[in-house]
Amino acid sequence: MISIQNEDFSLADEYAAIRTRAGDAGAIVSFTGLVREIYGDASTAGAVQSLTLEHYPGMTEKCLKDIQLKAEDRWPLLATRIIHRVGELYSHDQIVLVATASAHRNAAFESAEFIMDYLKSEAPFWKKQKSANLSSWIEARDTDKTALDRWQKS
Amino acid sequence: MLNIQYFASIREALNRSEEELELPRDVKSVQALIDHLVHANPHFEAVFIGGGDSKNGRVLVAVNQTIVDRKHLLSQNDEVAFFPPMTGG
Repeated sequence: MISIQNEDFSLADEYAAIRTRAGDAGAIVSFTGLVREIYGDASTAGAVQSLTLEHYPGMTEKCLKDIQLKAEDRWPLLATRIIHRVGELYSHDQIVLVATASAHRNAAFESAEFIMDYLKSEAPFWKKQKSANLSSWIEARDTDKTALDRWQKS
Repeated sequence: MLNIQYFASIREALNRSEEELELPRDVKSVQALIDHLVHANPHFEAVFIGGGDSKNGRVLVAVNQTIVDRKHLLSQNDEVAFFPPMTGG
């Protein structure tokens, strides 16, 4: 199940929902991404006031669905949940939730990480940070790309 | 009609979010479309130069919501989007 939304989400509610959907899963792993104080270089350190998330409606949903299907091909998943927020967010806000349920923990751990790695590099979201007197787009990091390599090798 | 969309830093740099374009007869590929757009809007050049065919280019291209390279061939009614590398999650 995939949602792109402005609203915040409740981890407890989402956990309860995936637990119900997953039937007799032996493991549920969830990852929550939060807005950090500081993005990018030291010139804006500490000064970030908000983060605006833009996306490409239509392609975003399609991309996340593809990533979910890739994960389901690779691991025996009983349920998955992806939520990504868009719009204006502030420090410590929740941005993203990925939860996976499987019979065994390895599949749940690995698939959650796989989904996050692909989401970061392939789903069309962009972050812009705003501080007191400037706003700038956050640059993509090479480490996000290299995170994909290990999934492609094995 | 081709539908062209621009996102994030590309949208801001070009000061344009969307446009419709009758696909010119000599424009077959994504690269040819970029050349056509730069010719019609000289201020586009700074944004599109250096993107090249590299996967790490500053400008990524999606056609019908799938990432493609610049050799990709276009059809009338395609949805084309230009955007920087993604930074979600």
